[in-house]
Amino acid sequence: MKLIVLVKEVPDTYGDRKLNLETGLADRGASEAVLDEISERALEAALTYADANPGTEVVALAAAPAGSVSTVRKALGMGADRAIHVADEALAGADIVLTAQVLAAAIKRDGFDLVISGNVSTDGSGGMVPAAIAEYLEVPQLTGLSEIEITDSKVSGTRPIDGGAQRVSAQLPAVVSITEAFPDPRFPSFKGIMAAKKKPFETVSLADLGVRADDPEVARSIMLSIAEKPPREAGIKIVDDGEAGKDLADFLLKNRLA
Amino acid sequence: MFEFTDDQLALQAMVRQFAQEELAPNALDWDERKHFPVDVLHRAGELGMGAIYVDEEFGGSGLTRCDAAMIFEELAHADPTISAYISIHNMVTWMIDTYGDRQQRARWVPVLADMGVLSSYCLTEPGVGSDAAALTTRAVRDGDHYVINGTKQFISGAGVSGIYLVMVRTQDTGHAGISTIVVEEGTPGLSFGPEEKKMGWHAQPTRQVVFENVRVPVANRLGAEGAGFGIAMSGLNGGRLNIGACSIGGGQAALDKSVDYLKERTAFGGPLINQQSILFQLADMEIELVTARTLLWRAADALDRGADDAVKLCAIAKKVATDAGFTVANAAIQLHGGYGYLTEYGLEKIARDLRVHQILEGSNEIMRLIVGRIVAEE
Repeated sequence: MKLIVLVKEVPDTYGDRKLNLETGLADRGASEAVLDEISERALEAALTYADANPGTEVVALAAAPAGSVSTVRKALGMGADRAIHVADEALAGADIVLTAQVLAAAIKRDGFDLVISGNVSTDGSGGMVPAAIAEYLEVPQLTGLSEIEITDSKVSGTRPIDGGAQRVSAQLPAVVSITEAFPDPRFPSFKGIMAAKKKPFETVSLADLGVRADDPEVARSIMLSIAEKPPREAGIKIVDDGEAGKDLADFLLKNRLA
Repeated sequence: MFEFTDDQLALQAMVRQFAQEELAPNALDWDERKHFPVDVLHRAGELGMGAIYVDEEFGGSGLTRCDAAMIFEELAHADPTISAYISIHNMVTWMIDTYGDRQQRARWVPVLADMGVLSSYCLTEPGVGSDAAALTTRAVRDGDHYVINGTKQFISGAGVSGIYLVMVRTQDTGHAGISTIVVEEGTPGLSFGPEEKKMGWHAQPTRQVVFENVRVPVANRLGAEGAGFGIAMSGLNGGRLNIGACSIGGGQAALDKSVDYLKERTAFGGPLINQQSILFQLADMEIELVTARTLLWRAADALDRGADDAVKLCAIAKKVATDAGFTVANAAIQLHGGYGYLTEYGLEKIARDLRVHQILEGSNEIMRLIVGRIVAEE
């Protein structure tokens, strides 16, 4: 069984997250770069399966700037067998479709039984990449799973929906994405961290994958303008001079909050 | 030596995350309830923290003393008490791995490395502290066994630990008559005093360990008969670095809390941090900590290399670091005013915890004695 886990470097959720107003790109210097926690949960799901099923190969796959090596390597420290890092300057500001195209090309090139991804990253929050990858790979997708079971030929799980939960399953090969309902990820052990640098770490470019970022035949989203979030305005303070209840009700009605 | 490698940065990131998620949020609660979190220690062990600078052959992590200094500082930033206990445990694991034969190492190192079994270092006695060579707990040979009688004092982890590394007298020849013996929990005649009430370190138990005709196989002795004093002292070299690192971590936490607080606290028309007298105080705290950390890394490097001056540097670093940590923690209380005196703010706990670091692993007076004697001999 070969599991490919998508791992993403993101700005630390607990730090300042900024956009560069000139380039429209995330300002990577504004905060610490970390492995997205949902990526770690996806990896945990793969490693849990691998722990119970010897012979399983777990590959961490990232599309990230060249400087992201230590973040990707954390996946190796946690226990992935090897890493593939797609690093190419042409990927700066890549949209969902290009990102999915590149990751799908890397997955296809390597071969796979199951791709496991987080459902949505904490920075871009698009949530479409896993589905797009499944389309490119022409395999079934089970998205937004809160539980997973993997057998030799099949993957199944539970997908919460409004007012209920779906039981879903697919034949392998397939793509799944998981939610924060999955168990907390493990810490990399000292031994894992020290062993990580000895594990295979492959860096590939777009040319290696045969993908063109500027292919005129493919539609790409283009950012036309970007603006800083306006500063928050102070709220309205209602002082209780005997009429506060009425004032509050008026406020709620006026703002259609009632 | 003065810049972390990529590996060290990755180790630090993991320990920091572990400490901030598993220790920091619970530190005040454990302190208040006097709760010894053996489950959390076991998780730390599974990550490699029970045998940090121990050979990998029987489950050690194979890291350096410099790595250990960085690790204990990170743990202590979250909770000095837990970090200090892990330091003591590492000292025992290292001593068994270093001075034990293959059978002893294979038997004890794996269970100590993952902290499924905890350990206690038993040197001090009710009437014997700094003058350790005068210890009186006696082991008398009886065939293939030793029969141990005596009492050990101030023993961290006592009553919970599974393994007691005990320095005993096998001959009446001063320090040359001391041997090191492993005593396992449950051995008949092994008992413990009541939990000591103490100023700090509430999240780890301290008790007397009492030996009444405790029979232990001779195979439990580490190294040769009479080698115990040297074993005990060599363990302490690393222990001194570790406890120094615990003080720096606690002091750094106190400084970090102070900076945050002084930016928010306003008086005399603005944030307190704008007052020059405050800045000078913060600078003094930073100077103490950076000085201590730099010296500690140098001593750790000397111990890693087996340098001739390692013993002296470890003693100097232990004194400087444990004094620095307490001074900074105490200053942080003052900077917080009345809030520093409240338990809720966490400052008084740090000061209470760090105070004992100036006393144990060889008191700071003994550190001066070691340094003074070496200077006089040079």
